[in-house]
Amino acid sequence: MRLRLAAHGIDGTTLLVLPALVALLTLFIYPFVYGIAVSLAPKVGPFYSNYQRFFAEPFLRETIGNTLALAVPTTLLDLLIAVPIAFRVRLMRNQRLLTTILVLPVTLGTVLIAQGLLTYLGPQGWFNRTLLALHLIGAPLKLTNNYWGVFASLVITGFPFTFLLTLSYVSGIDVVLEQAAATLGARARARFVRIFLPLLAPGLAVTFCLSFVQAFAVFPSAVLLGAPAGSTHVISIAAYQAAFEQYDASLGSAIAMIMGAVQLIMVLGVLGARSLFYRGPVGGTKG
Amino acid sequence: MIGDRSIGSKLWSTAVWAVIILFVVNLLAVIATVVIDSLATRWLGTWLPAGFTLHWYRDAWDEFQLSDVLIVTFEAVAAVVALSGLLGVAAAYALARRDFPGKRAVTLMFLLPLLVPPLTYGIPMATLLYRIGLGGTLSGVVLANLVPAIPFVVLVMIPFIEQIDPRVEAAARVFGASTTQLFVRVLVPLLMPGVLAALLLVMVRTIAMFELTFLTAGADSQTLVVALYYAVFASGVRASQEIDVMAVVYMVTTLIWLLLALRFINPTQIVARTKAEAAR
Repeated sequence: MRLRLAAHGIDGTTLLVLPALVALLTLFIYPFVYGIAVSLAPKVGPFYSNYQRFFAEPFLRETIGNTLALAVPTTLLDLLIAVPIAFRVRLMRNQRLLTTILVLPVTLGTVLIAQGLLTYLGPQGWFNRTLLALHLIGAPLKLTNNYWGVFASLVITGFPFTFLLTLSYVSGIDVVLEQAAATLGARARARFVRIFLPLLAPGLAVTFCLSFVQAFAVFPSAVLLGAPAGSTHVISIAAYQAAFEQYDASLGSAIAMIMGAVQLIMVLGVLGARSLFYRGPVGGTKG
Repeated sequence: MIGDRSIGSKLWSTAVWAVIILFVVNLLAVIATVVIDSLATRWLGTWLPAGFTLHWYRDAWDEFQLSDVLIVTFEAVAAVVALSGLLGVAAAYALARRDFPGKRAVTLMFLLPLLVPPLTYGIPMATLLYRIGLGGTLSGVVLANLVPAIPFVVLVMIPFIEQIDPRVEAAARVFGASTTQLFVRVLVPLLMPGVLAALLLVMVRTIAMFELTFLTAGADSQTLVVALYYAVFASGVRASQEIDVMAVVYMVTTLIWLLLALRFINPTQIVARTKAEAAR
């Protein structure tokens, strides 16, 4: 019996996976299923009435749009900054210092960034003062307690992660490929478009998904820096308010599930598009 | 290196550096505003505050019971790190060394918590925890934080373990090492750098994990992030300088651990190895 199990790869060592598996089953899968069940048992009406209500009420329905309007542009902007910087850092001999500086925002925490941005971008903050002093603007820009405050905060918090992932994908591409292309006379632009972009696309898709997951869950900064009742009334605020301020666990769970579903659709969409690109080794020969 | 000295490429590299500098300068300015404000006597409508003082640090320490909050934070984080380390490393070892039916499903299950926003599973989880009486307690906070921590340890450790030649273990076996000896003398020393790196990153992530702690913490089980959030949310009563003091304390706390983590690992390597694994 023991041998037969071992032939299938099950022995004492395999059992080491069990504790973690049990922990996740009880702490993640079970609550998740429970959440779906709760969301289908509303206070009043038929089983689907929570979902119906979400899509019928504009104030709730619009949270999806509000969240996407924050998460997609910030993720794209982070990627857009991260790619050229990663290409530059790749060539540097002393990458560690710059990498550390760029990863610094990880340590700041949403609240520090929120506090800092409220002062820095506020009407009397350094940002507006500098622009005024340079005569670039006539009156202070309103950048806090609205969409832009949250936008700035998301860009800052999301960047380290996006950058690290991009850098690792970029440095995973063998330099030999670039040198070969250069030897054959390809200019920098052509090398990027013809060699790097196709090789990088799958990695960028994954990076986009993982960064998007983080940006999509935006919660504290949308409250602190945004207009939580207006343009930054994001879906996580709606879910939280339903569950813990109106004490409607059923509606809260329903909104949480919708949030998960929307995100899953985005991620699957992006990963599906990834399959349009080249997939295979990015190393040189002798891999 | 490839010599490319056209005007276009020079312009391009200048532009890239400009973006880097712009980003870093703005970032440092944001940090500086918080640090300066935490030291300021009065700062209204001028470039720099009227004067500097340290008394906000003393006030904030008393008023927010920062020592209590820090103790709770460290208790919670230590528990999460220890538990996720034990469970995660064991699971990663099994996943890296054995091939068993259902392995794909198990791997997917370790990936899911990292792909679903914390609030999505956090809300039903918190509801459940409150129902069984663990909501609002330190144990509840620890349990909730294990959900993203365990998968994270597993995913970071798998490539580290795969890197170790199984023949080393086989050799130890041949020379008569028992399982315990094999573990203590061979595996632990070889895995230590990886384990340390994974645990330090879990530590930074757990200190920063807002949503799950926010949903499960009670009045006396708040960690630093959550206490900080409530302080800002209920502001008006408190001087903004005191909040900034807390934010600075928070930053310093995480910064120490992150710098320590960066001493042990090159962060990009982890992802690169993981990617090589995923590509196979």
